[in-house]
Amino acid sequence: MTRVGFTRLFIILLAVGLLELLCRLGVIPSFTLIPPSAMAQSLWTILASGKFTPDIVTTLTNVGIAIATAMIAGIALGTLLQSWPAARRVLDPLFATYYAVPMYAFYPLLIVIFGLGDLPQVAIGFLLAVMAVIINTLNGLDRVPPVLLKAARVHRLGPLAAALRVRLPYAAPYVFTGFKLAVAYSFIGVIGAEFITSSRGIGYEISFAYNNFDNGVMYAMILFILLLVITVNMTLHVWEKRLLARRRRA
Amino acid sequence: MRWRDPLFLVVILFVIWELLYLAVGDVALRSPVATGKSLGAMLGDARFLPHVRETLLAFVQGFAIAVVVGLLIGVPLGAARFAGEVAEPILVALYSIPKVTLYPVILLVFGIGMPAKVAFGAIHGIVPISIFAMNAVRNINPTHLRTARVMRLSTSSFALKILIPAALPEIVTGVRVGFSLALIGTLLGEMFGSQRGLGHLLMQAMSLHNIERILALTLLLVAFAAGVNALLLALDRHLHRALP
Amino acid sequence: MTSHVALRGVSRIYPGKPEVHALGPIDLELARGEFFAVVGPSGCGKSTLLDVIAGLASPSTGEVTFESKRVKGEVPPGIGVVFQEDASFPWLTVHDNIAFGLREAGAAEGEVAAQVGYAIEFMGLKEFARAYPAQLSGGMRQRVCIARTLVLKPRLILLDEPFGALDQQTRLLMGDELLRLWRETGATILLITHALDEATMLADRVGVMSARPGRFLDIISTAWPRERDSTIVSSESFGRLTSRIWTLLRGESIRALGRA
Repeated sequence: MTRVGFTRLFIILLAVGLLELLCRLGVIPSFTLIPPSAMAQSLWTILASGKFTPDIVTTLTNVGIAIATAMIAGIALGTLLQSWPAARRVLDPLFATYYAVPMYAFYPLLIVIFGLGDLPQVAIGFLLAVMAVIINTLNGLDRVPPVLLKAARVHRLGPLAAALRVRLPYAAPYVFTGFKLAVAYSFIGVIGAEFITSSRGIGYEISFAYNNFDNGVMYAMILFILLLVITVNMTLHVWEKRLLARRRRA
Repeated sequence: MRWRDPLFLVVILFVIWELLYLAVGDVALRSPVATGKSLGAMLGDARFLPHVRETLLAFVQGFAIAVVVGLLIGVPLGAARFAGEVAEPILVALYSIPKVTLYPVILLVFGIGMPAKVAFGAIHGIVPISIFAMNAVRNINPTHLRTARVMRLSTSSFALKILIPAALPEIVTGVRVGFSLALIGTLLGEMFGSQRGLGHLLMQAMSLHNIERILALTLLLVAFAAGVNALLLALDRHLHRALP
Repeated sequence: MTSHVALRGVSRIYPGKPEVHALGPIDLELARGEFFAVVGPSGCGKSTLLDVIAGLASPSTGEVTFESKRVKGEVPPGIGVVFQEDASFPWLTVHDNIAFGLREAGAAEGEVAAQVGYAIEFMGLKEFARAYPAQLSGGMRQRVCIARTLVLKPRLILLDEPFGALDQQTRLLMGDELLRLWRETGATILLITHALDEATMLADRVGVMSARPGRFLDIISTAWPRERDSTIVSSESFGRLTSRIWTLLRGESIRALGRA
């Protein structure tokens, strides 16, 4: 591991260790925060007992659906808009302002329209994720060198084949950036929505545990989400590096 | 002209809204016009303004803290190469975790009320501002720095004449993103941890199935967020052009 | 004998204020299996000529026929193009790049493997079959593009300054390769180049273009035997032909520079 990596690991361990110490010494009271070791313990117990497995499955499924739909719709819309400059120009202010708007403000509206179920959560995750995919797909497609478009025509590829076999593969690194963002936003959207109003899912269980003063369960679940999201993001980061290595000038 | 396209877009959005309303009906939506009237009535209602004040107060404080802390973290990390390299993945990881999950922790630390809301808005804003500030300082053209040394500028002169103008465009971008996120954070905080504020009103309207209210509040929030963001974006673009 | 490729009164004008008259009018006939080179000053419309012949651009006046059928709007089957810029697909290995066209046409994997293997051998890319274009030099990437074109057995091959970025010695060797390819496939070749010696050495006929708007000032026959290679650069007639072309071009180049 590099010097940078070591330092980083050291700092993280130091922070966790400090937290542990402060909790054990009672400087941080246990009704506020429990020691990290106790969090890990609790998480282990919970996972082993399988008590919250249905919730975990629910959340992960909803996140998965949000990601998948955001990717498909995002890539399709991005590809379409890239070939339709007039529409893209009109929508440009939307792209610039989209993430400034509090998407959660639409949550009550979605509940009224879709009812209390999983759909509003997935919808929020989708809405947050899809724009990132569109923007990054557009960015990538913009960078396709004209000579490759000509090459596609020489190979007599129609518009759909040209998009699928030449333009999108070229833009893949940028689409991947959109994918990373879609993953992050789907987690944020779904779990946030579960937190606000839901009857199942990890977000709901955290909220429930909080309302019932059950710090053990609550912190275990918070830890679970943190570990999950960080692991997923790190995996994507490594995967991305590997894919990009092929394209880098030696 | 430049204003025509965004205006056109807004008109299209309202048309789509109206069409959706005609399709779905009163059971789930209201027309844009009716919502406008509702909003007007709400803004005139004396009982409404304290909530607006509450939200604005929480937001402004949270945003201010985010800017100050974000810059305090970001600028030194940008200047110290090694520290920056170490910290960057940590910041990026913090950026991507659903901060909503930390809300119970904040409530436990600060208790229910204004401080918790401010904290929530702040943590949403700190991370992007520090990341952008770090990159802004890191990417200052080294030639500028060398020029400053050659000219033997004093520290304050250096900061004012070179450091700030060079780093400002990126920092402003970060502040713009932080603004939006701090607003989202404040709102989110109000949606389940408060008895006052616009977020709370929104949740209340939802539980009462008061569709008019939901739409009016949503419209207000969206208009505010989009409007301020558009202004900040104009500033952002101007700075990036004027100080490349 | 019907020509393989024919251009009649072809010109290309870009609309606007003012109009840009990029090419023409051009009249040209290429016999099947001939090697034709186009030289001209920069900006004279050589690349536009290639685009129009290939069907990548439509002529503003006149018409282009390939194998007795009109070329308009899309690229007809049987034409291969090697561009000036690198058109290799960075996300595919050398092998998959070359296999691209065959796979698109739905060829069976066994067939693909055989054809691609042959093309890779022919172009001297065997060691690099599993490499990615980013790991190769510019010249190698052009060879990949040539192989990718070759493998589809085009009857007309258009090349736009394919050896532009290479040094002189490599160009001479690549010229030999091109001649070998030409004899093996029996294709009609149109090569665009700014290098006079390259044109003279490789082609049966050389078309000398004027400055913009490009028209043919003259078409010079080299009368080389079919079995030729780069060693002809030392023959006497080579020098005479090259100086004849340069005499035509010199004035045009000065004009083009003055305008540029």
